Amino acid sequence: MLGMLSVPRARWSMWALAGAAIVGFAGAASARDLVVALKTEPTSMDPQYHVLTPNVQLSQTLFDPLVCSDADLVSKPCLAQSWTASGKTWTFKLRPNVKFSDGSPFTSADVVFTFDRVGKVPNTPSSYKVYLQNVEKVEAVDPLTVRITTSEPYPLLPVNMVGLSIMSAKAASGPAPEGKTTTELNSGNGLVGTGPYKFVSWKRGTELVFERNPYYWGPAPAWDKVIYRPISNPAARVAALLAGDVDLIEDPPTDDLERLQKDPKLTVVAKASNRVIYVALDQHGEQTPGIQGTNGKNPLLDKRVREALSLAIDRNALVARTMGGVATPAAQLLPYPMFGTSKNLVTAAKADPERARALLKEAGYPNGFSIVLGTPNGRYINDVKVAQTIAAMWTRVGVKTTIDANAPAVFFKNRDSYMYSAYLAGWGTVTGEMSNTLLSLLVTPNKEKGQGTTNRARYSNPAMDKLVLDSGTMMDDAQRAAALAKASEIAMADFAMLPIHFEHSVWAMKKGIHFEGRADQQTMVQYATPSK
Amino acid sequence: MLAYIIRRILQALLVMAVMSGLVFVGLYVVGDPVAMMASAEATDLERDAIRASFGLDKPLWQQYAIFMSHALRLDFGKSFLTGQSAMGLILERMPATLELACVSLLLAIVVGVPLGIWAGLKPQALSTRGIMTGSILGFSLPNFWVGLMLIMVFAVYLGWLPAGGRGATRMIGPLDLSVLTLDGWSRLLLPACTIALAKAALIIRITRAATREALPMDYIKFARAKGLAWSRILRVHLLKNIMIPIVTVCGLELGQVVAFAVVTETIFAWPGMGKLLLDSIITLDRPVVVAYLILIVFFLVMLNLAVDILYTVLDPRVRLQGAKA
Repeated sequence: MLGMLSVPRARWSMWALAGAAIVGFAGAASARDLVVALKTEPTSMDPQYHVLTPNVQLSQTLFDPLVCSDADLVSKPCLAQSWTASGKTWTFKLRPNVKFSDGSPFTSADVVFTFDRVGKVPNTPSSYKVYLQNVEKVEAVDPLTVRITTSEPYPLLPVNMVGLSIMSAKAASGPAPEGKTTTELNSGNGLVGTGPYKFVSWKRGTELVFERNPYYWGPAPAWDKVIYRPISNPAARVAALLAGDVDLIEDPPTDDLERLQKDPKLTVVAKASNRVIYVALDQHGEQTPGIQGTNGKNPLLDKRVREALSLAIDRNALVARTMGGVATPAAQLLPYPMFGTSKNLVTAAKADPERARALLKEAGYPNGFSIVLGTPNGRYINDVKVAQTIAAMWTRVGVKTTIDANAPAVFFKNRDSYMYSAYLAGWGTVTGEMSNTLLSLLVTPNKEKGQGTTNRARYSNPAMDKLVLDSGTMMDDAQRAAALAKASEIAMADFAMLPIHFEHSVWAMKKGIHFEGRADQQTMVQYATPSK
Repeated sequence: MLAYIIRRILQALLVMAVMSGLVFVGLYVVGDPVAMMASAEATDLERDAIRASFGLDKPLWQQYAIFMSHALRLDFGKSFLTGQSAMGLILERMPATLELACVSLLLAIVVGVPLGIWAGLKPQALSTRGIMTGSILGFSLPNFWVGLMLIMVFAVYLGWLPAGGRGATRMIGPLDLSVLTLDGWSRLLLPACTIALAKAALIIRITRAATREALPMDYIKFARAKGLAWSRILRVHLLKNIMIPIVTVCGLELGQVVAFAVVTETIFAWPGMGKLLLDSIITLDRPVVVAYLILIVFFLVMLNLAVDILYTVLDPRVRLQGAKA
């Protein structure tokens, strides 16, 4: 049965492509409704139950956080109008005259309630706690002031609160410890926020309906109603758009993009995202599982070999051919000018197979070696095709590469039990700043301290570790950004892992809709408006 | 008869127990549900906490024992991913799948049986060749291709029907049905045709074979010799006798469609159980997968039982006996 899971996306999309050739339009939703096809249905409406993109993008439409991030992930005031920090204490001034969708006023009590609820939701598969580890105390000073105390100076607090939807203390209280339970919130009971739209109904698998929140504090929302339909199959999403059933779709397959762009009735929006696709190279010790022809040595411990593997990859060609142009070649793990990125690592180095061969020879591998490159199948855009392209490029310089592609569940299990010498994976930096990326991917793994949790290559460089860890308590933004940029430069100079490209998120929609894509790949209907 | 039914149900229970064990081991081998659920930033300690809260830190046999002790009380656990009752999630989606399966099978029978009889009666006619060639196409074209082609022609190009989703529904008792509304039918038609195409092809071939086998039989010859009208021979003598293979096939196929309409449901964004199963396997949401397969095993066994009982109605020579079954 698992064989079914690995049906390549491309095969489905081929037919939609053929369909695009005979386009005709039919039917139209009424002028002021927006029908959106989602690729993944949310698992829950409870904003604190499962923190992942399909859920967060919807809860951020029903609710507002204290601090928002704009389309390029720069923080901006939302329910908090301003904030100041001194040492371990943060003071947030709340926006006055904000009402919830039930008409009740928003005050500091709601903020306290929300923070309090985070730890109490039972059995959450992914809790918001991860982002609020250093928060010790949240107090209401007066109805429009909140004071947050952290265990140590914690400059990341505003950035880390971006996904935290402020719930209504009045509506979401209840007899259970967490107030309204996840099941109650899924049915709309207690699902009251200050966001631009409010909840109407949810029929799992069929449709989710929101309507305009009449009390919204910002500019009046553009749509009377927003209807979300989950259509997981990419070809079916494209067909639904072409047939006029839906107005806006997420993530059309790359093979169809050219056709969609040429279609006079459609608009395609692409936005560079914060998700980097990288290749990790095992640097743990001489024992490594997927390498042969090196007399039992691990060639990846040699920086020259890692550099050779990086130089072998023609990122520009890969992006143009394999990714259909909807990606940006990467020179570090987060695109410049996001926070903490290095301005010296803006364009990816040019491929240089000659130099790569010379480096391999210098390192003592004139005839190369053979290596297995692990990759998930269906987790990232064109993941297997990207891995195949890299394998071909490595083989060209003498490193005979075979691909081991697996369904994501199997891939992550293998990766987490260190079964790959080299693997392709991706990282989306939700907070849009470098410390999140480096702390998870490249800082020396430390289970107790929760550092280097996804550093499965087990790269370790004390100088870089120190810069990243010290930056965690630097309250001065400029100083912190400089430390992180330096850390990024060190890691890239070490070829600690090979950044390949930044995925672009793509949306396709009917002409007549203006939509601003977001770098965090979230589909937020408040950024869609009818164009005049 | 009663003993026979009880035996069948006991068999079903045994199959369910074995199957749930296999699924437990299978999903355990595939991967770690926590890796699929937890946010990428979660630390190992947080992952361990999640694992413990779902009981995934216990040895597999203990997890299975806990599951079985709950299952005996008809509690199949909560979905890891949504926190909802696993069986509840499935039952919520069952009407959509049942509806699709029944409508497509009916469509297949209505088209397949008359064409099959025609092909059996006139084996040499040009029309028969057309029907038989069509039926080869019918079951050799892949399901997803047929589905996408129908979408392209009827939804995208002609714009007569919507491309997917399920239409407005009306509650009949506990069942939430869309066959009662016009919008419902407009969305049901394309997926139903997609499934019906292959099933109709199968039914045509079976009916034709059965017809050709029955025609030279003495009772048909005798009926003709008696001077009975063709229509009566067809209706009473022929149809009744060819029903047994057709009923068998329809029973099996209905089970197939209900359990594994995954591809069609995915292409048409039909909110059925198959799509739920596929999503749950991908995310390793074990409670849903186990509950689903248990339900399907039960359903298939009951379906076979119903087919067996139908035999006795169709053919008085068939007797179901506990001892011989």
